Amino acid sequence: MNEDKLQLAERGHDESRHPLNRREFLQSVGGGIAIFFTVGEAATQAGRGAGKERPDFNAYLRIGQDGKVKCFTGKVELGQGVITSLAQSLADELDVPIESVEMVMSDTAQCPYDAGTWGSTTTPRFGPILRAAGAEARAVLIGLAAVRLKVPKDRLDVKDGVVFDRTAPNTKVSYADLAEGKSIARQLDLQVQVKNPSEMKIINKPHNRIDAVAKVTGKAQYTGDIRLDGMVCAKVLRPPAHGATLKSLDTSAVDSMEDFQVVRDDDLVAVLHKHPDMAEKALSKLKAEYDIPEARFDDKTVFDHLVDHAAEGKVTKKGGDVDAGHKLAQVVVEEKYLDGYVAHAAIETHSAVAQFEGDNLTVWASTQTPFGLQRQIVNDFKMPIENVRVIAPFVGGGFGGKISNGQAIQAVRLAKIAKKPVQLVWSRADEFFYDTFRPAAVVKIKSGISSEGKIVSWDYNIYGMGSRGADLFYDVPHHRTTVCQNLQGGEKMHVLGTGAWRAPDNNSNSFARESHIDVMATKAGIDPLEFRLKNLADEQMKAVLKAAADKFGYTPAKTPSGRGIGVACGMDVGVPVALIAEVQVDKQTGSVQVKRVVCAQDLGLVINPEGATLQVEGCITMGLGYALTEDIHFKGGEVLDLSFGTYELPRFSWVPKIETVLIEASDQPSKGGGEPAIVAMGGLIANAIHDATGARVKQMPMTPERIKQAMA
Amino acid sequence: MDENISFTVNGKSVSLTTDGERTLLWVLRSDLGLTGTKYGCGEGTCGACTVVMGKRAVRSCITPVQKVKGQEVMTIEGLAKNGRLHPLQEAFAKHNALQCGFCTPGMILNAYSLLLRNPEPTREQIVNGMEYNLCRCAAHIRIIRAIETAAAEMKGAR
Repeated sequence: MNEDKLQLAERGHDESRHPLNRREFLQSVGGGIAIFFTVGEAATQAGRGAGKERPDFNAYLRIGQDGKVKCFTGKVELGQGVITSLAQSLADELDVPIESVEMVMSDTAQCPYDAGTWGSTTTPRFGPILRAAGAEARAVLIGLAAVRLKVPKDRLDVKDGVVFDRTAPNTKVSYADLAEGKSIARQLDLQVQVKNPSEMKIINKPHNRIDAVAKVTGKAQYTGDIRLDGMVCAKVLRPPAHGATLKSLDTSAVDSMEDFQVVRDDDLVAVLHKHPDMAEKALSKLKAEYDIPEARFDDKTVFDHLVDHAAEGKVTKKGGDVDAGHKLAQVVVEEKYLDGYVAHAAIETHSAVAQFEGDNLTVWASTQTPFGLQRQIVNDFKMPIENVRVIAPFVGGGFGGKISNGQAIQAVRLAKIAKKPVQLVWSRADEFFYDTFRPAAVVKIKSGISSEGKIVSWDYNIYGMGSRGADLFYDVPHHRTTVCQNLQGGEKMHVLGTGAWRAPDNNSNSFARESHIDVMATKAGIDPLEFRLKNLADEQMKAVLKAAADKFGYTPAKTPSGRGIGVACGMDVGVPVALIAEVQVDKQTGSVQVKRVVCAQDLGLVINPEGATLQVEGCITMGLGYALTEDIHFKGGEVLDLSFGTYELPRFSWVPKIETVLIEASDQPSKGGGEPAIVAMGGLIANAIHDATGARVKQMPMTPERIKQAMA
Repeated sequence: MDENISFTVNGKSVSLTTDGERTLLWVLRSDLGLTGTKYGCGEGTCGACTVVMGKRAVRSCITPVQKVKGQEVMTIEGLAKNGRLHPLQEAFAKHNALQCGFCTPGMILNAYSLLLRNPEPTREQIVNGMEYNLCRCAAHIRIIRAIETAAAEMKGAR
């Protein structure tokens, strides 16, 4: 939300970027009926607080004279499936077949402003606006039909884009006929009534992905697939370590080669050639020397570094008196939980194409933030915003990693100097090096349990990351959460790049919390599921936990029971989620096979149950990676894992049976489902390993080595 | 060293003069404009670049193009015939066996070669055969289901 506000505020001075008025704009695209908005209204609707009222010529939708509906959204299709769920939302509100909706996405020149595709916000925040725009357009069309058919509006209904008289169904007129010859621009009326669940025909029904055919035939276009006349491909010289400075550079071996160009712009060095593989080969002929700062810590010592040199933390949540709480406890438990750096590792590496034409610049980029990138370019290159267009074609996975846009800025710098279109696709090693990792973190927890098995105190200390996911949904009278993200003297805690990673902070916080809940349940001698229910305050959380237990066929037992069954809860973007797993641990090798995972979550009104289920399965499988293997090894600023050869992602043989329960709550507002199910995977697997072996692994990833160590 | 290299792609003969040590991946993507074959790692570890050569799935990113001389190569663009999707493509779409879609061409072609060699694979054989193709969005269980569905479909058609 803060980012939204920030970006909205930043955008205040591009008021006059559209010389046309709305009517002229609509005529220029061939007429029809369009629903526009103003940033002020959109801002209010999205809960961003009041913005400045001003016209903007980006529409949410346009119904063409052919009856086709174009849906415009600044959101990006990263794989999460909003290309389908948004089309469902609009088609349902308009009463048109989904096939007649064409999605126009993530193009700053065509789409309404959007702060970025992240944080599971598309469904809960943009979805309702789009539905309102659809309902508004439907109302306009019914108004036109009433005049055309000479029938009162309240007698009219719509099916498949045809307005008809309920009392005389042959009295009808299609949207196409109504839009013909019209140029009607309407403002989004926020009072407009959207459908209630009983009226929905497409929303809340499973729908297959509408981008599937493009993706199974190889026709789907990603940034790296763009081909422009005269375009060259760039390969950038990657420094050996973060913080390294280029001392000397000898480009002579490449300078003499025909058709190759070496570009140096300050710290940015690249070789350009028509073919990227040729550029890469030539890159290895450059002779560069760097000054590398001395490594002060590595992937093993980073945790002590984070804690020992930590500045004073900030208390972010507090209730009761935590020290007094500890005194009330029968048992006080103190533990420390560690999590290493984790890569995004999308299969599509960061890519960009930059093309200058006169004063205008078009950038195609694999980005989660096309409008954010547009703003970055405006700032970095001092260009007027109306001259900068950013397009995000299909993006091959984001997970929070495609927000900072480093590759796109590099491509623009190179294109500016080379004076021709430049395509830059980071190599896999570049991707690992420049990634903004999920930060390493330490969580120290001291908590107390009463003789009745109630948690009475909870002192929670975070080092290295933020507090998303740290809010307690357990009912604890005396609690305190303290966050420390800086070292003494204000120095940054991380030498490597860090940033958002699918549900930022929450994976590491939930690992710590849910592990610790089981540590307490073990001490109290109470079944971990019962212990949770006993201590939960949140009714929705109780409901998802019970739903997961029912689906799993859970039978209570004190842990460790030897069964290898684990339980964990999590809360992200307001979505409660409960997971139950069964694992098998090979006590000789320490390797873990996850046999089964049941997930229950409450997403409110689910737009596409099929898409939501796909997200849950993706979260659970992806979560196995950070729980079991994924860990960036490094020494100072030097990243040691630069390939999939050493950085191991989940594979087919790992995948458990996955069962998903989506709580029926279609009368509730929609929530985002791209992140919640992943947050509790660490705690889930840790608890299941403990239940199988009696060994508590307190560091992620839970590698065979660490499991064997914990068992010893 | 530039040399003349001729082979067949999706049933069409191609001939080009280029450095034979260049990889098939970039010849397909950059020289021939067949961008359905994806770059994911450049070292044969992810499988996004998988194409079918003869009947075998190969990782085009580690296949020197000189080794492709005289061979028949099929990329994702060549799988649908006469505007009709291949049963694997149909099944991937039907089961939503993809999210971002970037690994999908490689997944489908690896599965295609798997089914050529073993038309009725068990689930375990599918898992083993697909093990070294990476999918970060984690559509694995649906990919397995899609391959099972396609295998059944293709069996019916034989």
